[in-house]
Amino acid sequence: MSMVDTDIKTEQRYTSLFSEKREVLDKQVSQTIASHRNKSIRLFEEQGIPTKKLESYKYTNMLPLFEENYGYDFEHKVFQQDLSQIFRCDIHDLDATTVYLINGWYYRQNQLPNLLPEGVLIGSLAEYSTSHPEIFEAHYNQYAKNDEDSLVALNTAFAQDGFFIYIPKGIVVEKPIQIVNIMHSEGDLMAFPRNLVILEENAQAKILMCEHTAADYKYLLSAVTEVFVDKNAVFDIYNIQNQHNLTTNVSSVFIKQKEHTSVLTHNLTLHTGVTRNNIHVHMDDEHCEAHVYGLFITDKNQHVDNFSFIDHAKPNCYSEELFKGVLDDASTAAFAGKILVRADAQKTNAFQRNDNLLLTDMAKMYTKPMLEIYADDVKCSHGATVGQLDKKAMFYLRSRGIGVEEARILLMYAFAYEAVEKIRVEAVREQIRNLVEAVFRGELNKCNSCVLCDNDAETGFSCR
Amino acid sequence: MLEIKNLHAKIDDKEILRGINLTVKPGEIHAIMGPNGSGKSTLSSVLAGSDVFEVSEGSASFYGKDLLAMPAEDRAREGLFYSFQYPVEIPGVSMVNFMRTALNEHRKYNNLKPYTAGEFLKLMREKKNLVEIDSNLTNRSVNEGFSGGEKKKNEIFQMAMLEPRVAILDETDSGLDIDALRIVANGVNKLKSKDTATIIITHYQRLLDYIIPDFVHVLHNGRIVKSAGKELALELEEKGYDWIKKEFED
Ligand SMILES: Nc1ncnc2c1ncn2[C@@H]1O[C@H](COP(=O)(O)OP(=O)(O)O)[C@@H](O)[C@H]1O
Ligand SMILES: [Mg+2]
Repeated sequence: MSMVDTDIKTEQRYTSLFSEKREVLDKQVSQTIASHRNKSIRLFEEQGIPTKKLESYKYTNMLPLFEENYGYDFEHKVFQQDLSQIFRCDIHDLDATTVYLINGWYYRQNQLPNLLPEGVLIGSLAEYSTSHPEIFEAHYNQYAKNDEDSLVALNTAFAQDGFFIYIPKGIVVEKPIQIVNIMHSEGDLMAFPRNLVILEENAQAKILMCEHTAADYKYLLSAVTEVFVDKNAVFDIYNIQNQHNLTTNVSSVFIKQKEHTSVLTHNLTLHTGVTRNNIHVHMDDEHCEAHVYGLFITDKNQHVDNFSFIDHAKPNCYSEELFKGVLDDASTAAFAGKILVRADAQKTNAFQRNDNLLLTDMAKMYTKPMLEIYADDVKCSHGATVGQLDKKAMFYLRSRGIGVEEARILLMYAFAYEAVEKIRVEAVREQIRNLVEAVFRGELNKCNSCVLCDNDAETGFSCR
Repeated sequence: MLEIKNLHAKIDDKEILRGINLTVKPGEIHAIMGPNGSGKSTLSSVLAGSDVFEVSEGSASFYGKDLLAMPAEDRAREGLFYSFQYPVEIPGVSMVNFMRTALNEHRKYNNLKPYTAGEFLKLMREKKNLVEIDSNLTNRSVNEGFSGGEKKKNEIFQMAMLEPRVAILDETDSGLDIDALRIVANGVNKLKSKDTATIIITHYQRLLDYIIPDFVHVLHNGRIVKSAGKELALELEEKGYDWIKKEFED
């Protein structure tokens, strides 16, 4: 099944689909999820699919990507097969709690370790929306900006499932929680995963998100993840993107921070078709720190657009952004970093940097800081560079007998290194170091799998 | 053996080397001296394979092979080493990774198996002791944040690792205090053998108290205008370069 009309406006295809499927969408979810739909679809319709006319989408026209005829999986049949028949994640050295999603749906036979600390909930958003209504209602759709981004609104309109994580007060979950979403279909497919993470006071958790596109179809993934981080909590989210060229991946993360919290987000795009990452951090209390990082490595015709919005709403907060890009062939990328320091937010420290390495004359990078500062006692800095490989360093390496190819790899890695080192989980950092080097060596030929998993790509799969 | 004949090199149509002739045989130590801007570093980097300069005339052969036809990395693999006057900082490339890559590229070129991690580390330890380089320097990124003296010591350490047949040391002595100078000189002397040759580029006689040259050449305005034994270095130390400049004004 797919949407076929060609004459009508693209937006209308989604709104009609919404009306047509409304009942199906509501079938497995709580009243809370259902109750947010109408307003959201209206917001989507009003705003329209983002084009370059919008300041926040200046470098990426989403419209053609949404014009494709994707199938959908709204009536997901709880996966009866044993998932390990099609996929298994054997993480090399990483000790993690791994759960799977299929087309954004939480895989019901996920095996959670018995040793999860008491009170920790990891599971299906749809299920927990019903079984834990109080926690759910208090947070669901409270942080996502449906009125600022039509794609977020579209996600809220179509949201059905995703992962739900709840870490109660004082609980520290040591092991990273790894979430692997597997796109599994017999045709082009779109999905709107919706995730919610709640950390209560003094809680700690780290999440690794990983996408796996199992087949050579076109995929449109438009996910929204909301995160609430209560007092003194510490939270890391690593989003590792390694998808084939037919993928469009829109990932929006909304984080709300309370007093004395520390948050880290890292978007690592190793391979993609078109990727748009929205990172929205709302520092809603004093003494918050946010570390917002990204590393993207693109080639061929890939396009990566990172958009960050750090909302310094209260005094004495610290934010640090570093985005690094290595662009080869005719790939393009963009970084726009919005920092809003509200009038109330005195003693704000906000630092932003975006450094890019262009390996060819055809590659293009657009970078734009967007600072709005309404407080007077603040320290803010931003900087962006676009450069080529350092010729002097190149000669130095070659003069020691290192060939041009090897020297290039060393220098590209050296450039990316700073961003990799920002990973706070040592085992993950080690893993990513190797992966990034493999990407630069052209040895990462699995462009469709969760790179943390040690499983082989399907044979005959093409990395275009 | 290195044989340079009538070498001319230019940058943006400005001729900097204007006919260099020099023959360096195994076991020899040559010193090249000369005023600032005379072309000493240009000569070194042209020989090492820098593409900043264009060779417009002349030839250079290295153990019978056409040096100028080889890419920089092959010149190094053939056994030419260039100690930079201004070593380059490369943040993010660790010394260990850098040296292991370099060494294994040399070995591949010579059809040898790459060193295992163990073999490599053992070699590195030996050479570190030889040139008295501090361990925490080799744990860092290439030259990053090194002092001037540390950078020069690091050049000699790399030379020790790569065991070249001909080494060109471009002002390796400048910026060194007397202890560092002695360490560098000791390193060079220990690495010296009847099969290797060294070209020492320097401003001062100082280093030549420790490393005794067989020949001293004066480079001026892109030409070697005078060659003699080690006593020439002393004469230059005494009289400076003005008399050379005057004598060879053109
Ligand atoms: N990259 C360059 N671009 C332009 N001129 C250069 C460059 N490098 C060297 N030169 C010029 O070449 C001449 C010789 O320089 P150099 O070889 O560094 O001298 P030395 O090492 O003897 O002090 C000087 O006039 C210098 O200005
Ligand atoms: Mg010089």
